[in-house]
Amino acid sequence: MNNIIVMPMMLPVLIGIILFFLRPYIKAQRVLSLLTLLANIGISVYVLQQIQQNGIMRLDFGGWEPPFGILFVADSFSILLVLTASIVAAACLIYSFSSVEPSFEKNFYYSFVLFLIAGVNGSFLTGDIFNLYVCFEIMLLASYVLIAFGGRKGQLRESIKYVIINVVSSWIFLVAIAYLYGVIGTLNMAHISERIAEVGQTPTLTVISVVLLTVFGLKAGLFLYFWLPGSYSTPITPVAALFGALLTKVGIYAMFRVFTLMFYHEQQITHTLIGIMAALTLIGGSIGAVAYKDLRLVASYNVVIAVGFILVGLAVATPAAIEGSIYYLIHDIIIKALLFLLVGIMIAVSGQTKMDDISGLIKNHPLLGWLFFLTTLSLAGIPPLSGFIGKVLIGEGAVGAGAYVLLALAFISSIFVLYSLMRIFLTSFWGETIISQDEEVPVRKGWLVSTCILAVGTIALGLGAEPMAIYIQDAAETLLNPQIYIDAVLGSN
Amino acid sequence: MKINNVILRTVTKLVFFIILTLAVYLFFAGHNSPGGGFSGGLVLASALVLLFIVFDIETIQKGLPIDFKLVAAFGALLSVGTGFGALVFGENFLTQAFDYFNIPFFGKTELTTVTIFEGGVALVVVGVVVTILLSISEDE
Repeated sequence: MNNIIVMPMMLPVLIGIILFFLRPYIKAQRVLSLLTLLANIGISVYVLQQIQQNGIMRLDFGGWEPPFGILFVADSFSILLVLTASIVAAACLIYSFSSVEPSFEKNFYYSFVLFLIAGVNGSFLTGDIFNLYVCFEIMLLASYVLIAFGGRKGQLRESIKYVIINVVSSWIFLVAIAYLYGVIGTLNMAHISERIAEVGQTPTLTVISVVLLTVFGLKAGLFLYFWLPGSYSTPITPVAALFGALLTKVGIYAMFRVFTLMFYHEQQITHTLIGIMAALTLIGGSIGAVAYKDLRLVASYNVVIAVGFILVGLAVATPAAIEGSIYYLIHDIIIKALLFLLVGIMIAVSGQTKMDDISGLIKNHPLLGWLFFLTTLSLAGIPPLSGFIGKVLIGEGAVGAGAYVLLALAFISSIFVLYSLMRIFLTSFWGETIISQDEEVPVRKGWLVSTCILAVGTIALGLGAEPMAIYIQDAAETLLNPQIYIDAVLGSN
Repeated sequence: MKINNVILRTVTKLVFFIILTLAVYLFFAGHNSPGGGFSGGLVLASALVLLFIVFDIETIQKGLPIDFKLVAAFGALLSVGTGFGALVFGENFLTQAFDYFNIPFFGKTELTTVTIFEGGVALVVVGVVVTILLSISEDE
């Protein structure tokens, strides 16, 4: 019995509900929601240690044993993501304290942020594919509310697109689960894996896996990212940061789980397809990142590039590449939140969204400028920052598997990332200071505190790559040997 | 504009209670047969919606001064609370308990914590359905 592993999901839900009763008390709402996320950080660190000592932990809801009941499974991979998500969410929350209008705060802003986190954490932890769908929906319902906060014209247009895309893809997800249940007769992920191994991955099952790939591709923005830049560039800054950091990562997580645990028998079909989609994502994302001048759109296309990059690791599926992907996934959650927050601050300070209209910010905001430079370096993968180790490992894996096209595309895309962000740095931070200090909106302390937390995160992850390696290797080992996961779930307590 | 709808109003006053009875029946039937918190809650909500449609919103809100958003939140709290309740007794999350009690008049009765959970679900459904309808009606 490990009731603690349900907390990363249920604690935010519980507090989120309680916040409904504290509607007029904004201070109490802020304190409670921040405490919840801090508690989540503590819990995930503790659980991570427990997993290293005692192996994968699971919790059968209501005492119903698998494969009959619903359960949560915590392995290193999922807990690492829960931990990172909690840290990033806490930073975004601190940013929200000094940027979100009181009218939003009174309209259950913090409740819905907590529900979003609950959905994200639930998706990482669940061991049941239908429950995965439910957690996706919790996350998406909260995101529908958050994306519309503000109610500007562009926001309404983009949120309608966002809702329609996600409703359709959720429907496809449901259909895929129904197919899978019809063929395999179970919904427990470990049990599905065991049965697929028994009957062999027949063509029918491969088709179902491709349907699932379509769904997760839509959610993660793998090749099917056409909706992503528009939707991610309209919400208010802390929400955009949460979306950019977390939502696509849940889709990526689901892809890793499904294609390493269940559908790993026909790699020449499924993984080749993932590889092709990742390559196209890298190309499309790179073109988008250099094509636009709107800061938020550039940031959104950088999300797309990262999705392609991480999925290169899954496509080649060697131990080094998987490890690299996990590193890069954690790095990308932190750095994308940082990028979106910094872009949000730049827009808030100058009141402009296009990079050409902003110039010479560094004169009045040196810290902001150097934080942006740090983010650029980290995203490009310059050592000792956190992007480096993930890129090296994915590259090593791609060389090992002989996937030279993917390798080339992955590293060329890094140059595009560097170019797109250096362009912002050169035009917006350097140059003549066209905006006088009295005209600009002052930078608030909370903005810098939250970005500094994330900047410390990316430096720490880069420098602490060695101590982190134990956890990452354990996560990669579980992903590459499905039997470990199956034994932990279906073995007796 | 005032519509002459005496018949509708008179019938509603009667039917309202019949619908409520059906809602309670469905709610309890759900324990071992089709029904339960969701369908019971929907029927209960439909009774309230009927009142809102037949009489006007102001009248009903004067007689029933409840914030339905809080009804939904309270229901959710109740449901989630039963899940957390199991933790207090050192059981798995969401574990439900039941036992038989001898209650005067009812005789031997099964009392369960699932009923509390389902009651929470019913309140969420009522709160959400009424909130949705009221916020749609606010648009002119």
